[in-house]
Amino acid sequence: MSRDTTLVSADWVEEHLDDPNVVLIEVDEDVEAYDKGHIPGAIKLDWKKDLQDGVRHDFISKDRLEKLLSEKGVSNDHTIVLYGGNNNWFAAYAYWYLKYYGHQNLRLLDGGRKKWELDSRELTDEVPERPAATYRAQEPNEDIRAYRDEVVEAIGVKNLIDVRSPDEYAGRLLAPAHLPQEAAQIGGHIPTAGNVPWSKAANDDGTFKSDAELEQLYTEAGLDRDKDTIAYCRIGERSSHTWFVLSELLGYRNVKNYDGSWSEYGSLRGVPVAVGDEPGEA
Amino acid sequence: MCGAITGGPSLEGVDVTNQAVIQGVVLREGQPVGNAYVRLLDRNGEFTAEVPTSATGQFRFFAAPGDWTLRTLAPRAEVVDSRVVAAKGAVAEVAVSI
Repeated sequence: MSRDTTLVSADWVEEHLDDPNVVLIEVDEDVEAYDKGHIPGAIKLDWKKDLQDGVRHDFISKDRLEKLLSEKGVSNDHTIVLYGGNNNWFAAYAYWYLKYYGHQNLRLLDGGRKKWELDSRELTDEVPERPAATYRAQEPNEDIRAYRDEVVEAIGVKNLIDVRSPDEYAGRLLAPAHLPQEAAQIGGHIPTAGNVPWSKAANDDGTFKSDAELEQLYTEAGLDRDKDTIAYCRIGERSSHTWFVLSELLGYRNVKNYDGSWSEYGSLRGVPVAVGDEPGEA
Repeated sequence: MCGAITGGPSLEGVDVTNQAVIQGVVLREGQPVGNAYVRLLDRNGEFTAEVPTSATGQFRFFAAPGDWTLRTLAPRAEVVDSRVVAAKGAVAEVAVSI
């Protein structure tokens, strides 16, 4: 994996606005963002309403994904370009999720919605009409998804990387400061996990740092390229961002996103927890 | 916009007793800027959160007590850093001029 096959620039998107093989999808946690204005031709996926099951604490099944994308006019042959607010957190989550279900041609717009806005590029409130298509998802690729038991077994063994802010890692906050203080029952982190906030991988305008800078960042953080890696955050969206960096940009082997993340782990019984700024013991 | 906005969004209905709120408005030549981004950096300069401003240029964070920096980005503007102190049960109001 490398930038050429996973990432596109705002200029590239502008050049492909009329390309019938490209589908732009805005994925947000702020449900009003798309309606206030979006990249011309882009369709909308609501991270919660469209992608979360609604009954089970999980994302939607293969069947529901097929129905969703078919109705939105997306087919297997399309190159899907994802972008969104919050520095692409939820767009990266959708990228990871669509890769989990085997979509072949996936790209993330570098810098997402913020970069596009800061460049004063065109936004529209016109919602495109796309004829329905037929979408067939693949069987789930469990190589990129970690579950709680595997995470517990990884303590002291694999690279565990907590990408939340230092205050969340230490247990001083339970959620990002612009979101309601909800989620896990307790604060802290998974013992032995290092803290490399997702934001260290991004510039202020939301674009990713260079490969050389990223490589240095994770090397200095003690990430061992010879070990498997599991990334987590609070609900799996920021860790999708870091999963993207490690797996898709830097080509680390066997990187998984633990999408249950702290909201699940911090509510479990029978598991070890560390608090404070140090990783803690296995 | 009549330019009457002097602080962050209304806190009507929000119980701030147990919160350390930081909020305010982003202004360009006295007018609210609705397409700015405000990020909250902790005492070590580390990113903690970021929000786009509302149509009326306003933003709000539920932070923790302590020292913070607001970093404001907007189209065709230099990046502006503003220091702010948050305290539990209080609302820190910040006006950012770009």
